[in-house]
Amino acid sequence: MSANFEASAVVSGIGMSRVGRRLELDPWLLTTEAALEAISDAGLTTDDIDGISTYPGAVWSTPGITGAGCDDVRSLLGLRTKWHSGGGERPGQLGAVIDAMLAVHAGLATHVLCFRTVWESTAQQYLGGRSAALNKSADGKILPFGRELDQWTAPYGIGYPSHGALRMQRYMAESGATREQFAQLAVVSRANAGLNPQAIHRDPMTVDDYLTSRMISDPLCLFDCDVPVDGSVAVIVSRTGTTDSSRAVSFQAIGSAAGVDESCSMMWSRTDLKPSDIDIAEIYDGFTIYAVEWIEALGLCGNYEAGELLEGGSKISLNGEIPMSTNGGQLSAGRLHGFGSFHEACLQLRGEAEKRQVPNSPQIAAVTSGAESFSSALLLGAPR
Amino acid sequence: MSTNSIVDEGFLRPEPPLTPRTTAFWTSGHDGVLRITRCEDCGQWMHPPRPICRVCQSQSISSTAVAGTGNVFSFTVNRYQWSPTIEPPYVIAEIALDDADVILMTALIECEIDAVSIGMPVEVCFAISGDTFIPLFRPVVP
Repeated sequence: MSANFEASAVVSGIGMSRVGRRLELDPWLLTTEAALEAISDAGLTTDDIDGISTYPGAVWSTPGITGAGCDDVRSLLGLRTKWHSGGGERPGQLGAVIDAMLAVHAGLATHVLCFRTVWESTAQQYLGGRSAALNKSADGKILPFGRELDQWTAPYGIGYPSHGALRMQRYMAESGATREQFAQLAVVSRANAGLNPQAIHRDPMTVDDYLTSRMISDPLCLFDCDVPVDGSVAVIVSRTGTTDSSRAVSFQAIGSAAGVDESCSMMWSRTDLKPSDIDIAEIYDGFTIYAVEWIEALGLCGNYEAGELLEGGSKISLNGEIPMSTNGGQLSAGRLHGFGSFHEACLQLRGEAEKRQVPNSPQIAAVTSGAESFSSALLLGAPR
Repeated sequence: MSTNSIVDEGFLRPEPPLTPRTTAFWTSGHDGVLRITRCEDCGQWMHPPRPICRVCQSQSISSTAVAGTGNVFSFTVNRYQWSPTIEPPYVIAEIALDDADVILMTALIECEIDAVSIGMPVEVCFAISGDTFIPLFRPVVP
């Protein structure tokens, strides 16, 4: 297959801020921590950065879901950019990275700072929980400045977890998958988190812990949900050949179609690689059911076979056939919204994941972000 | 359709805003009848409502009466309070209608929360909130 546009760009640097629960830190501080680390990691300086891309940028959303916008970062770091893009209607959170690749490919920028900042854990203390964002007045009326979409959920008291729960319930009925099998995503992620100093929840978890945790929206329990945190991740997308190639992670293929299945189909159509070539999978696990949907869409098993793949947990563990969520995923390392998974994939492909490094030098990582029609899938390659 | 299609739950659900796109849906229950958006040219059912057919792009769109019966496609027992007026736990369900090819995400009421199952037959009823009639579903009593 001839080279796709993906070959035009590489991940030249990565950075992560302090990550934690209720850090009580300014999200702009977190953003600059991650950005400066990524710029330095790429062997660049702020003078070299000529593009910015982020999800979702400085928009008002649920409390703490976004901590900085393009203008904020340009001002904070004194950047002189030629191109920038921030917004929510993207192919998943990692659509911000895909946009950066396009800008580099088009020649509009050479080194694009991509970032994602969340501070939900702290913001929810000041601004209320996610339910506060349903924009209801005291008498229950949906206020006109709320999202138009809220009218389909607010009258029924439908929050985010119930969306996942409805899919999980139906999936379990159709596939025969069990809660014990879903539990392995949480248990294996937690074991990996124990090896990651930056993970949020690091104490060991058992299947029993999962089965006895409180229900949020049956059959979805507490440990099916990721953890809101404060933190920022930045990655530098550079034109291929402009930075140290021995540390540059390559883009093998991207899928940006609307839908989990559609994104994966598109991704596979853009490469000669096959699902069996995936060495590690850092997939979006906002809820465990989303991870299950990605596992099947990526072709890591057949439809309705994810339960078997997860059974016992050994296949998805660090030493298994297809290690997943090697940093603890969002379930245990925190909701860095796809960017945490992307950061981890780069670390693993560079062989820099320390105690949680997957053995035998993984060469290909699948990274996904989002769910339903808000989705993207990326195949990354180890530096050569 | 049972005669007592308007229910008083003892609390007010958040009132959806009425717009040109959605008024027909949110007010349909005034006569106890559920209506779903349908293309008059090709017969396609659509929900949520929209002003143009997603199959044939026709603008001949109508709000068409349906029987209001269906079955549970999926469900969940929500344990967390998302609305100041709706006390958990309560059942949220996706309902596949019998006579229209759509699935409604709605609430299931008048049932034990641990007695819901996929495929369970249900019927529509409505809760009034302001100017709106919010479609809810309840088990069909044999």
